[in-house]
Order: sequence, then C-alpha cells, then structure tokens
Amino acid sequence: MSGTASETGGRGTRSAAIARLRGGLGSTAGVYLVLLGVIAVAAVVVAAAGRNLFTPGNLTVLMTSIAVLGFVAIGQTLVILVGSLDLSVAYLVSLSSVLAAGTMAGASGGTVPGIVTALVATVVIGALTGCLVAYLRLSGFIASLGVGLLVAGYLASYYRGTTGKASPELAAFGSASVGPLPVPTLLMLVCLVLAVILVGRTRMGMHLLAVGGDAHVARMSGVRAGTPVVVAHALSGLCAGIAGVVIVARLGVGSPTVGEQGGYDLLSIAAVVLGGASLAGGRGSLWGTLGGILIFAVVDSAMGILQVNPFLKEVVRGVVIIAAVALYARRAAPLVRRRFTDAAGPAPAEASAAAAARPTASVTEGAER
Amino acid sequence: MSHALEVRGLAKSFFGYPALAGVDLRVEAGEVHALVGENGAGKSTLMKILAGVQQADAGTVLIDGEARTFSHPQAAYAAGVSTVYQEFNLLPDRTVAENILLGREPRRLGLVDRRAMRRRAAELLAEIGVDGISPNALVRSLSVAEQQIVEIAKALSYEPRIISMDEPTAALAEHEVELLYAIVRRLSARGVAVLYVSHRMREIFELCTKITVLKDGALVATLDTAETDESEVVRLMVGRALSAFFPDPAPGDDRSELLSIDGGGNAQLDGIALEVRRGEILGIAGLQGSGRTELLEAIAGVAPFTRGSMRLDGRSYRPRRPVHGIDAGIAYLTEDRKGSGLALEQSIEDNALAVVRSSAPRRARAAARGLTPLLSELDVSARGPEQIVRYLSGGNQQKVVLAKWLLLDPGLILLDEPTRGIDVGAKRAVYEVMRRLTAAGHAIVMVSSELPEVIGMSDRVVVMRDGRIAGALDRGPSEEQVAALAAGTAVAA
Repeated sequence: MSGTASETGGRGTRSAAIARLRGGLGSTAGVYLVLLGVIAVAAVVVAAAGRNLFTPGNLTVLMTSIAVLGFVAIGQTLVILVGSLDLSVAYLVSLSSVLAAGTMAGASGGTVPGIVTALVATVVIGALTGCLVAYLRLSGFIASLGVGLLVAGYLASYYRGTTGKASPELAAFGSASVGPLPVPTLLMLVCLVLAVILVGRTRMGMHLLAVGGDAHVARMSGVRAGTPVVVAHALSGLCAGIAGVVIVARLGVGSPTVGEQGGYDLLSIAAVVLGGASLAGGRGSLWGTLGGILIFAVVDSAMGILQVNPFLKEVVRGVVIIAAVALYARRAAPLVRRRFTDAAGPAPAEASAAAAARPTASVTEGAER
Repeated sequence: MSHALEVRGLAKSFFGYPALAGVDLRVEAGEVHALVGENGAGKSTLMKILAGVQQADAGTVLIDGEARTFSHPQAAYAAGVSTVYQEFNLLPDRTVAENILLGREPRRLGLVDRRAMRRRAAELLAEIGVDGISPNALVRSLSVAEQQIVEIAKALSYEPRIISMDEPTAALAEHEVELLYAIVRRLSARGVAVLYVSHRMREIFELCTKITVLKDGALVATLDTAETDESEVVRLMVGRALSAFFPDPAPGDDRSELLSIDGGGNAQLDGIALEVRRGEILGIAGLQGSGRTELLEAIAGVAPFTRGSMRLDGRSYRPRRPVHGIDAGIAYLTEDRKGSGLALEQSIEDNALAVVRSSAPRRARAAARGLTPLLSELDVSARGPEQIVRYLSGGNQQKVVLAKWLLLDPGLILLDEPTRGIDVGAKRAVYEVMRRLTAAGHAIVMVSSELPEVIGMSDRVVVMRDGRIAGALDRGPSEEQVAALAAGTAVAA
C-alpha cells in the first residue's frame, strides 16, 4: 500500500490504473486472500486436533457441499448486482424439489418433465418478483419476501413431509463425478462461467450493472431499466430451481422444507457479500461469490471434521462474515491523495527542508490515517 | 436556410404554474449560444424538453427545419440533440468506455466487443482533444473535471448536431475551464451548435456569439454578444441594475483574533499558519486539489491536523471529530450541499434544525421559534418550513444550509463554494447575508473557485498551492496576483 502512495498523487491514467487494481481486481483478489487465510487457519486447527483437512475424502465432501449453495448464490449475485435482493430463494428451492420429485415419481420417463416443471415454475415466480420490483417499484427485499411467503404458504398447505422420488437417471447424476469433481458441482461451475460471460460480455450484463449502479443514469442513457431487473430475478429463480433439482438428485426425494433448513436465503446473500459485492448494487463479481462460497465450505468442512457443536458452528460463521466484510471495508477505503505522508511518500522537492524541520511525532501519522 | 435548432412558442406548465410561456429560440450550426436567466427562469425546463426528459405542452422544436417531438431521451439523441447535465450521468464503478457507450455497446458475434468499445471511447476523447484519460479508468478514480470531459465525450458519441450544456464549468476550477473552452470551440468549429447555459458572465462573453435571456419563463431578448455588455445582460436577467454586484464591506467593530493556526499539517496539508479575525471574511483561493477544502476540513475537525497547533478564542483548540468543531462554535458548510449538507427528502424545518437537535437539544425549541424569522431574513422562497428541500432551487437550498448553521450562532463560519450553481439573484442574497454576519461579529472563511467572488468579498485572501499557503494578499488583489500565486508562477509578495 505505502509503495503506491506517491503514485496515487499523480493525475491521469496511472492513478486510474492503480484505482482499478485496488477497486476492481483488488476486491476479488481480497476475497481469495481471505479464503487462503481461512484455509490456513482451518488446516492448522484441524491438524492440531490430529486430523487432516486435505484428505481426498474431505475434499470430495467439500466439493459436493458447494454445489447447492453455489447455484443459489449465482442467482443471488445477479439480483444483488442489479440492486435488488432475493429472499424467496429458500422457498423456491423447496418448491422445485417437491415439483421435480413429485412429477417424476421415480419413473425414468419422468426425468425431463420433472425438471422442466420445476424450472419453469421457479423461473416464472422469479420473473414475477422481478416485475414487482421493476414496475410496481417495490423494494426487492419486500417483493421477494412477499412472494417467498406465498410459496411457503402453498408448500405448507399441499405437502406434508417428503414427497415423490428421484428418477434413476437423476439419482445417478447426483452421485456421479468426473475425477475429483462431483457432476453437480461441475455443472454449477459451468453455470458460473456462463453467468460471468453474461455479466461481462453481453449488453444485458452491462445494463444489469448499470441499473444496479444508478437506475436513473441507465435510463437517461437509453437503457430500459426494468428489463435487467426482471431478467436477474428470473435467473435467480432458475438457479434456485436447479439447486432444488440437485437436492432431489442427492436425497432421492423432494422436501417442502429443505430450502429453509438449508438457510439458503441468508447464506446466499452472505456468500455474495463475502464475495465483495455491494448490497447497494452495481459492484461485485461472480468469481468473488465463488470465493465467498468456498470460504463457507472450508469453515464448515473443518468444523464437520472436528464435530463441532452445531450452535458453535453458527457462531463461527457469523464471526467469519463480520470479520471478512470488515476487512474489505478497510481495503475499500476511499483513495486519499497523500502528499505529506512522512513515513512513505517522497515529499515534493521544495518541501524537503520543511520536512526535515518537522517534529518527529508526525512519523506516526501514516498509521493514524 | 434552416437553422440547426429552432424553437417556436414552446410552453410548459407544472401544476398550473407556467415554467415556459411561449419561448422562441434560433441557433445556427457552429454557433455557441448562451442561455441565461435566474433560477426558475425556465432554462432547465427548456433544456429538459430538448433532451426528451420532459414534454412540451405547446410549441414546436425544429431540427434542421424539421419539426420533431421527443417522447424519450433516446428520441432526442436520435434527432441529433445531446445534453450534458450539471449533475453527472455517470456510473462511478464502471470504466470510461463503458460509461460513454452505455446502451449502445458495440457487439461482435452477439457478445460485447470490449476492444471496439475502448477504441471508440479513445477516438471520442481524442476528438475533443483530451489524451490524458484512459478508456479503462474507473470513473470514480477521475477528477471532477475529467468526469465532465467523459460526460461531454458521451454526449458527442451520439454524433449530435446540437449539444446543450448545463453549467458545464460549475464543478471546474479556473484552469480547467480553459480546457472546456477549447472543447466548446472545437465542437463549434466542426459545425455543432452549442446551447450553453451558465451563470458566469465572463464565460459567456468569452465563448458565445449570441445570448438569449429568459425571465419567469418568457423570452426577454436575444442579443449579439458583440453589441452588449455584462451589466445589460444582468439587468435583463434580474430586471434591475446591479450597479455593484458585491455589497460593500461591513466589517464589525471588534477585529480581535478568533482563530490562529500555527504550523498545521496532515496528510494533505503542511506548514499552515494563518489567523482569522472577528468580523472579517478570509477568502481561500487556489486550484482544485490545492488543499482549500482540506484546510476547512482540518479546522472543522473532519480531517484534523496531525501537526501544529490551533488556538480558538484564546484557548487551545484541538478538534478530532466534527462535533468538537460544532461544540466550539464552528459551522462548516460543505461544497457538496446535496451530498453532505442536506437531507433532500426532509423538510426545511427538519434540515434547519438537524444540527441544533443533535448538538444542543435544549436549544432546539428556541431555535424552532427563531427559524421562521431567520428564513424570511434569508429571503428563502418556499411555501413554508414544512416544504421538502428537494423541491427548492439551488439558491434556496443553500440558504437552508446557511440557516441550519446560523441557528447554532457560530462564531466562525467555514463556507466551501457558497454560491456554486446558484443564480445571480441568489448569489447576491448570499453575499448580503455574509456581510450581515461579519457586521454582527462573526468571522467567515470562504473557499471559492470564482476569482471575482474571492476578490470581491474577501477582506484578505490566502492562496493555497500543493497543500501549502502560497501567499496572502490584502483586500482587493488583482485576478492576476491570485492566479499567479495559485499556479506557482510568482513568489508571494
């Protein structure tokens, strides 16, 4: 940091490049730095208990565990980037699982209809939430909470306990793996890459970031500000739907409460924020979200190996979220042009005489600011 | 021959109040045409109609002789009318190229072609003669002047026949204004008609060939710049002659020392030594980034000095947070009144009482009683104290900020760009308030980018450069003296 102090004082492209390094790339890099730190701490703690975090078995468990939250968080990232929020995802995961499992009912021929039914339902509901946000001007928080409660009410009225059965093909998909990577996780990573392309390389993605950054500016530039909001919510519904199907593949049945039990609404938001995104919208990255998910996965994995009491688990998760985000906030402190940082910055030539005469107490200033 | 832009009988009312009442305007290709008038004269409404943001109730807009109506901003762009707004329409977290081409990103094989985007942005920046801005830079990393340039490049990317600019220099320091002049002249040489809205007479006379004066929504006159002068334009705008624009100084009787700084410094400032006396206005001049605002922040305790010492009213004064400054009787009116000076969605009363309520709750009731007389003394035109601040003009918003701090009865008032973006009439009112305050024994430290303002209002002028005091000048220095100190081309006298 101190090495760049004198350069940021200069105007123009150089300081801009540095700002981009710090603000753009830097925030995702920060996420992975935190991830490395978390891995190191987890490895040491696990080793201290006489176990090994990095056994193939443990790694497979870890890789398997990120698939479901990963899907949900990809959708959540899109919604948060556009400046909204999706609290309905947990209920959509449950809905998708019961629709998929119920429709296929264990029959081979039911695989495609089951998946299609589940995904169409969640996409439509997501798009509906998006319309509430885009055209009725509800906040994403309220719109998705309301829609989520509607879905929860439907689930509670029509389903008692687990329902349906995964088709053999779907169950095989759930347990297959390519090398060390479980197929559902692989699929999640493919979706992540597609989402990265969507955000970074398509007009829709650019407009999504623009609307999230400032809807008024986007509108004045000729962007239809409602469309990206609806698309983001629909894709979030789709992602939650896929997550529900993956759960059916794993469990073999659908469950009306599996989404809530997984806590996917708040966990996905936490993962996105751990990934360095701004809840105000317009800033964040999908790679960062992947980092956020991995941070959770490593922490959970370590605590699983150590058989930590479940209540303590939540405490540790909470501490990780708060600590990581506090760390990002420090890194993202506004660029301050430093001209007279005695510790690092070479002062302008004519200042050197004055600098020599300055009281020595000022040397601590760099640490204070 | 048809005109690049012709406006006939344009009218627009809001809730029954006419904002524009049958205005005519003709601008030729390559002409730089000034549009002047007090706030509320109808300039903004005219611009918004031309930009497609608002729709006229009556009248026609002709572009190259062809009647057009703009139902949406895109329709205006498509017809060849681009607008550069005073409030920037840029996304801080996106790059320069992404901002310039937002909504019209070039594509290849269905994906956004980032390389083409960068190339196009670089071309546009080169077209206006700017090569210091990288298309890859994040807008938030740019200076205000650079952002203004990006905004112009964005307007230019629509290949307009007409560009209208709303106070393009409002956020610029003196030396950056020259760059803007060069850009405007370049546009004009290429045959683009420029509609230039400004409050600054010097700019208008420097740049524009025609001046259209609006007052109360109606056209007063269209003048040839060569055949008129500042005082005539101002007289037409306000409907009265402003013989002397700056009110005469009215120093208080007590000229004792109120604040002194000895060797103050922090990360942005160094070796600051100055004193402020009761009943005087100390002007702070200097280029943007020279440490003017930082000096006020240090005094107010926002970004305190880490070196040196201050004495206030004979006692040692070491603020570490803004509240220490407030408690010591220092009012700080920031440059960015919308961002940090006002809660736009709240009423005048809530805004005006905000500081009193938080720092001296016991005085809140008395202050509330004093508010109405104070508002009328400041000549705030509003329906009443319950009106929402967002709907006030810039000048009236500034007066509300003033009222907020005056209710605390501060000994020292720090003003950062007190008249930015407000019209002549409101400026004059702010100046008169400043004079009344000094006559009552308050001391004022004022930062301003407008040299005539600094020179006309200050009892003494301190010029900043690179975080240091470059020199101090007594009442009534010449613009050249101040500019030379600010740019570092002369040694302090």
